[in-house]
Amino acid sequence: MDFFQTRPMRWLRDYFNTHPRAEHYVSDALIPVEAIIKKPLFGCQECGQCLLHENGFVCPMRCPKNSRNGPCGGVRANGHCEVYPERWCVWYRAYYQSQRLPVWREHIFQIHRPVNWQLYQASSSWINMLTGRDVGIKPTLPVKPKAAKQIPPKVTAQ
Amino acid sequence: MDEQYTSRLEQALRTTHFAVTAELGPPKNADAEVIRAKGDLLRHCADALNITDNQTAIVRMSSIAGAQLLMQQGIEPVIQMTCRDRNRIAMQSDLLGAHALGVRNVLCLTGDHMVGGNHPEARKVFDLDSVNLVAMVRGLNEGKFQCGEELKPAPRFFIGAVENPFAPPYEFRPHRLKKKIDAGAQFIQTQMIFNVTRFKDFMAHVCELDLHERAFILAGVGPLKSPGMARYMRDNVAGMEMPDELVKRMEGTPKDKWRAEGINICVEIIEQMKDIAGIAGVHIMSIEWEEAVPRIAAQAKLLPRPHELETEDVAQPALH
Repeated sequence: MDFFQTRPMRWLRDYFNTHPRAEHYVSDALIPVEAIIKKPLFGCQECGQCLLHENGFVCPMRCPKNSRNGPCGGVRANGHCEVYPERWCVWYRAYYQSQRLPVWREHIFQIHRPVNWQLYQASSSWINMLTGRDVGIKPTLPVKPKAAKQIPPKVTAQ
Repeated sequence: MDEQYTSRLEQALRTTHFAVTAELGPPKNADAEVIRAKGDLLRHCADALNITDNQTAIVRMSSIAGAQLLMQQGIEPVIQMTCRDRNRIAMQSDLLGAHALGVRNVLCLTGDHMVGGNHPEARKVFDLDSVNLVAMVRGLNEGKFQCGEELKPAPRFFIGAVENPFAPPYEFRPHRLKKKIDAGAQFIQTQMIFNVTRFKDFMAHVCELDLHERAFILAGVGPLKSPGMARYMRDNVAGMEMPDELVKRMEGTPKDKWRAEGINICVEIIEQMKDIAGIAGVHIMSIEWEEAVPRIAAQAKLLPRPHELETEDVAQPALH
């Protein structure tokens, strides 16, 4: 996405990639914000590697089989889930909704990476999208790790 | 078997114009004799036998152990690998172990959900999905683990995948098959076919995407035992399409002819499969009725199989 190639975003990405603690703080702060927005709208499961726009704004992590690449063979004839007969199949809705979007229609036909369970419910997908954690880019640790703060020994009155 | 082929199944698919695989369900106990008996029954009528991996989430003997028992008898196994019970570490470890035992054919599936099995309270894993599982096995073939680390010497698997043309969204199914073939699947087995019209539509889309050139597609077929089974499949089995004509046809048959009629229907479907472009063979799934497979193979004129012609000392079984 072009937004992530703008100068401030590039700077922020480089900053997060070399300052894992800063990334961690910001990510932790954004998890509830993201959840408040995405949970009621899309039933977000906070996987930290969002595929919403690829899948017509239907969360694939709601699939009982956690499939990221399309429906399993058990979809009922009415388009409902094999496991929860009262629910729609996530992928049935994802396919038809994505084909109604004006953009990103082809994304559902691409192969998506397996879930990185390190990010699951532990990080914000917005930060991961910026830093590329969701496509497997690892942070580059700072050259010199910060030394632990020395606690001075307690001085007791003689 | 020639060195250029990974397995006898690959050789059969590349050299014969119509290959046959059959399915063998391991027993719900630790009795090796069950597998040996079923293997003896099926060895003459299929190029390779699928050993299912706890199908419908009911605990059975392990697929790799069953494959080893079959290989002791000189039968070519296809192990099934499902994502339901194992994470990527266990799956890769099992694949390496299976390769060490001599297994070369792997069929990659997502696996049935445990809600329909006998342990519905079990923890689900589903670490990878089937497309990523296929990609992982291809990676092993190319000498790298799923994490990217090097694997030396690399194993050599003949990779299979499955597709169900009978579950919605129907338009998306060929594209999902394309994903699997792009990920590295070399042969495809389909869900049991009863609605041939729908399957022809599916195959037309598959041929449009040129997928039949890139992978061998084996059409899944199976015999019906009774009208009750046909009705159950029509009404209760998700992802299976049973036309009403077949149910009526089974209902109109007297009870002593049910099984013969079921086999006739299966043979008719195989004959129709032979005319569809892009079909490389059939996969015969007889659910707990292995005796039907030799009769189906004989009636559909699929015998003798090429590996039987090579070994002349093996006596041909009497066909029913």
